[in-house]
Amino acid sequence: MIAPPLRLQLVKSMAILALLLVVSTAVALAIGRQPIEFSKLLADPFSRTLFFRLRLPRVLMGLVIGASLALTGGALQALFRNPLADPYTLGVSGGGALGASLAIALGWSARILGVPLVFVAAFCGAMLAVSVVRAIAGTGALVLPGALLLSGVVVNLISAAAVLTVQYLADPNSALRILRWMVGSLDVVGLQPIGQMLLLLVPGWIALLAFSRQLHLLAIDEDTAATLGVNVARCESAVHALCSLIIGVAAATGGSIGFVGLIVPHAVRMMFGEDLRIVLPGSFLLGGAFLVLADALARTILPSGELPVGAITGLLGGPAFLWLLRRRQSYAVL
Amino acid sequence: MKPLFEAEHLAYRYPQGALAVRDISLGVSTASLTAIIGANGSGKSTLIRMLAGLLRPASGRILLDGTPLEKWQPRMRAREIAYMPQATAAAFPFHALDVVLSGRTPHTGAWSLEGAGDRERAMGALESVGAAHLADRAVTSLSGGERQMVVLARALAQEPRLLLLDEPAASLDLNHRAGLMRTLVRFRERRGLAVVMITHDLQLTGSLFDRIVALRGGEVAAQGRPEDVLQSAVLSDVFGEPNVRAQRVGSQTLVWIEA
Repeated sequence: MIAPPLRLQLVKSMAILALLLVVSTAVALAIGRQPIEFSKLLADPFSRTLFFRLRLPRVLMGLVIGASLALTGGALQALFRNPLADPYTLGVSGGGALGASLAIALGWSARILGVPLVFVAAFCGAMLAVSVVRAIAGTGALVLPGALLLSGVVVNLISAAAVLTVQYLADPNSALRILRWMVGSLDVVGLQPIGQMLLLLVPGWIALLAFSRQLHLLAIDEDTAATLGVNVARCESAVHALCSLIIGVAAATGGSIGFVGLIVPHAVRMMFGEDLRIVLPGSFLLGGAFLVLADALARTILPSGELPVGAITGLLGGPAFLWLLRRRQSYAVL
Repeated sequence: MKPLFEAEHLAYRYPQGALAVRDISLGVSTASLTAIIGANGSGKSTLIRMLAGLLRPASGRILLDGTPLEKWQPRMRAREIAYMPQATAAAFPFHALDVVLSGRTPHTGAWSLEGAGDRERAMGALESVGAAHLADRAVTSLSGGERQMVVLARALAQEPRLLLLDEPAASLDLNHRAGLMRTLVRFRERRGLAVVMITHDLQLTGSLFDRIVALRGGEVAAQGRPEDVLQSAVLSDVFGEPNVRAQRVGSQTLVWIEA
């Protein structure tokens, strides 16, 4: 059957995924170790504090980070024409984490133009990782799919080792902070840190989504995209920088949470087709919903204490990666 | 008549420094079929990629409607020139129709989506290459030849005035090869399409093309009407093969290798 026109498909997919996001957010806000009586939310100071200082920020953090990782995952897959690319497998998250951990260890609490230095360091780390991976995998015009993923994995390993070293050398207080987000945590108190992130993320999201059509054409074929009027070099640099920014900020606050950027865009593809103008905004919405739910699960699955959300996404995403790898063998990459 | 498209003294230098192509000049007029022939490594693909604007010439210039190629706004240029690469990788299972629809990009606004009219034209392009039945197939599941037809339909959906083809017939069987040539001839007659096509099929060039450009070692060894270029002496020189023979039979030229 021939797919319905794009406009219809776009409206339908966005409506379904937005609804899913709203429902997941509501569910995640409702459940938690400590029950909240929503009828008394405004009257009872305890409930109010619990909800507005802890529960709501935590859920919003999941939404923001999940949406960021999935959006960049979809964009990186198109950019490198590689269905297995994502911030994690390309080493971008690792690079961001290394930058952030250096900043934490060195006790940089300063801001540049209101932007926390940790974000700047994470952005630089992420940017460096992408550049290294690209330089190794790229031979002129061609980016070798296998080399891309291998170098991404190695950059991630090097980053992880470097983070461990930094953590070992840092003072105990910083070391604990580094450890906490290394496993990927969405712990946050109050709404202020989220506001800080959004200041950078919202422009980044909008700018990246604006490249949807160019990325769609690039995903089909690079040469063809160029002859259809896409400025390939400029598009690639812009998407690199935007992904590094978004992942850097996400990694600096949420640590490295694996595989969200890999599996969410594929789920959107399976539901609504390959068009990047649907896959990118769709991944944004579904990524938010997915991480919010994964985190709700992480918060409540153990009888006491909570599981890091990175463990849940890793346990779901790892097998999904292997499944894609197997399916990819039937993809013809000439 | 002033040609639609002109290349003047083109040269291309590899990043390593060697010249791949030197001093190539050619003109392409509306409603014409031009074949580029030559041995492997003679610079055919480099030349056509320069003409498509994918490679920047080291010297010389390319004019479209009398205006240098780089002065054209990319989107406007894409309405005039379409390019079909030798082989396309397919990393994602896009539907064939989606691939063809991407050819409509230069004709849709920067922030608008392809509409019903674009879909009709895309389907029409698929039909014109005899590949309408592939519309909802994933390009990753197509054979090399089928994918070539889809990519050709994408280039036709672009509705260009000039079509640059890099060995489109390479993985096509006899039937599809004939279909391809019929399509190109029809577009030349009805739409005034100008085609520049790299091919190794000399037999094909003898009867259907208006002009042949033969490259040797990155230079034009011969160019002109098929009956002038398809001569035993010229072909022996172009391919460095002393035993190649060509003979005019009616409106056709037979080319063969003498054992």
